[in-house]
Amino acid sequence: MSVYATSSASVLLFSSPSTQRKKMSGSSDDIKPVSCTIKPPVHLQIGDTKADAAHSGVCVVDVTLPFGKPVNHAVRINSQSTILFYIHVSGVSLRHRLIKEITFKNYYTAYVTVRLLRRSPGQEAPAKWCTALRDLPLMDNPHTEGGSQDYCSVHRAQMQVEPDHVVSVRLILRQPSSAWLTFSLEDINIFPHVEPNPEKEVSDWLSDLTLVDQHPDLEGLPDPQTVSSSIQQMWALTEVMQTNQTTASIGRYDVDGCYDIKLLSLT
Amino acid sequence: MDEGSELSLTIAHIVQRLKGSHLHSQIERRAKECLHQPDIKLDSLKEDVRSFLKTSGWERQLQNAVYRELQVQLPPSHPAAPPEHLKEPLAYMRAAQAGWEKRVLKSLNSMSTELGVPLARMRPAAEQKELANKWNEMGTDEPDLTSVRPVYAPKDFLEVLVSLRNPNHDSSEDVSVRSHWGLIQVPLNVRDIPQLRRVYSELNLTSGQLGIDDHAHIHPDLFENEYVQIGKKVVMEQDSAAAQQYSRQGCSTGLRADLWALILNSNNQPQDVMHYEQLTAGVIQHDLLVDNLIYKDVKLTASNDDYYFVFEDFLYQVLLCFSRDTAVLEHFRYNSATPPRSFIQGKGGEEECAVVYPPNGVIPFHGFSMYVAPLCFLYNEPSKLYSVFREIYIRYFFRLHSISSSPSGIVSLCLQFERLLQTHLPQLFYHLRQIGAQPLRIAFKWMVRAFSGYLSTDQLLLLWDRILGYDSLEVVAVLAAAVFAFRAENLMEVTSLGSAEAVLADLSTLKVMPLIQIFLFATAI
Repeated sequence: MSVYATSSASVLLFSSPSTQRKKMSGSSDDIKPVSCTIKPPVHLQIGDTKADAAHSGVCVVDVTLPFGKPVNHAVRINSQSTILFYIHVSGVSLRHRLIKEITFKNYYTAYVTVRLLRRSPGQEAPAKWCTALRDLPLMDNPHTEGGSQDYCSVHRAQMQVEPDHVVSVRLILRQPSSAWLTFSLEDINIFPHVEPNPEKEVSDWLSDLTLVDQHPDLEGLPDPQTVSSSIQQMWALTEVMQTNQTTASIGRYDVDGCYDIKLLSLT
Repeated sequence: MDEGSELSLTIAHIVQRLKGSHLHSQIERRAKECLHQPDIKLDSLKEDVRSFLKTSGWERQLQNAVYRELQVQLPPSHPAAPPEHLKEPLAYMRAAQAGWEKRVLKSLNSMSTELGVPLARMRPAAEQKELANKWNEMGTDEPDLTSVRPVYAPKDFLEVLVSLRNPNHDSSEDVSVRSHWGLIQVPLNVRDIPQLRRVYSELNLTSGQLGIDDHAHIHPDLFENEYVQIGKKVVMEQDSAAAQQYSRQGCSTGLRADLWALILNSNNQPQDVMHYEQLTAGVIQHDLLVDNLIYKDVKLTASNDDYYFVFEDFLYQVLLCFSRDTAVLEHFRYNSATPPRSFIQGKGGEEECAVVYPPNGVIPFHGFSMYVAPLCFLYNEPSKLYSVFREIYIRYFFRLHSISSSPSGIVSLCLQFERLLQTHLPQLFYHLRQIGAQPLRIAFKWMVRAFSGYLSTDQLLLLWDRILGYDSLEVVAVLAAAVFAFRAENLMEVTSLGSAEAVLADLSTLKVMPLIQIFLFATAI
């Protein structure tokens, strides 16, 4: 059975500005997710009639690339009529279009396949689709709840191809079980791979500054070297004290000895 | 996250939790003291101190403490996951738990208003003195409890579980291959018999078990003597993990107290005794409405039970102290429930006046005292009994009365019980359903109490050996199904819910291990 998706003139674009996004710090350094344009999810349908959609919904998604032309896709679904689901993300403003990580919150998706449209640098190079990750399982058992609402990430290390010079990302979601009414991914964020900055050269004018080595006139004051070393020791001690703080609680349940309660708060 | 960084994160968490603990300071002190010993050389200081700690048993204690932290630690989670997701990942279950809690709190509030008794108050000095004097015989003179009623009973909770629905679950088809005949309609992943056989392989027909192979007419040399010898060795080695593995085939009566304390890592240190005394001071100082609930519960359940009525005073002491213990609040990290909050002296909204009520965040329900009662057979020292009970509650029993998707949670246990019954005893299930006697309505009260008060004590303790040994409450669901399988013939002949209940009213003669073993390993699949 094959399904054809034809291009249509206008496509609704749903854009979520990056300010609305909850920043998911998937990495230790504070990298903000890229503001992408996430198209509304499209369930694919089987068959030609638009009659009973229900679970085997198959519909057509047109992907309009931001710089390019509408694309005609021919999509083949395998004979088990797995329900496919497209979300198309076009990463427009990725710096160098390097992807570090894709994070999302699952909502009853069983497997996800990540495909990337990459265009090598160079004006005439054609953009090519490739599969970065095939059928990553998000739920242990598609029929039961395990993993159904979990937070997940796909890191560039897990991908089979280097996610560099990416123009768009296509997430293909599969949920073979008929137990669920709908399935999707939420809160999709793409984090760019930030290359470490090259060591900045110290400006020449800084090296023009010379150290003034003067001995101030000290009378009756302690030697600055001993003072500074003892201050350093005290600082080191306080650091040690701070790191040794225990997480044990004291165990008091009252507030200054008072524990008179009238009613429980219901909020 | 890859495995390496997950491991270092786990290690960092455990180090943080153990830092500053009493064990930490004890080990430091011993390490300092051992420097005086002649065999500690300066050039190999680190190795020598380490081997000293090993031979003197401190390394083993540290290992046990680490093992305990691993058991209660949250599984590694995504950095984006908020704390409520760690307590319970499914949104609709969180909502159901919150709704249920609100009902309970409303009920407690209205009880307080009706009775005219404040939720908490400071006892006047004379009353404090009186209570301190009769601390060991509180059962003799309790307040007037006629108008106090339990906040909820297990059957109220069952109704909430029955009405749990996943809004995304397609339940439009009436009859299908997936049809579930039971009351629980949430699609959690529960194990079936082939999977249970793999996990509970030590309960196999070919392995010796206490509860089966220590029977009177089996010669003890065949299994029991050697097994008890191994148990003594485990206790001597003081190894938590070994004790847990050992407990899977049962603990002998003489060693059980030590083995359970080892598994739970609750060694009765002086600071535990002090903590218990601090709690008794808290009981004497403040009077809580929850205390009345506890009194009422003990009177209604344990005092009426042939096995447990002798422990009435112990139960009051332990449960009253339990409700003052703020250390219990820690377990709400991984419990889907949330402790109730209030404000002192009606100063609502001011964060400095916000407190948790009761101090441990747990509101007892009808039958709660039965979690403690069987432990009274093992420990006669109140502080030891208390610390074992607290540990066993914050590891296992809290899951029996909160709504969560955990495999040991009560929802999963109910679903597992119904699935096992439907798969392996379909005729019985269908018959009971037809006569209006849904099996879960009968079995729920057993599972919520982990069978405490329904089985005879020695059998109950054998069951709880396996709960501790396998670190899971699944055996409770398996036993419930096995009981139905055992009484299947009689149940097929009943014609009403009442007569079905009557067939299953008395479980005190049952032997649990043969039932579980036959159900798991001798059922034809």
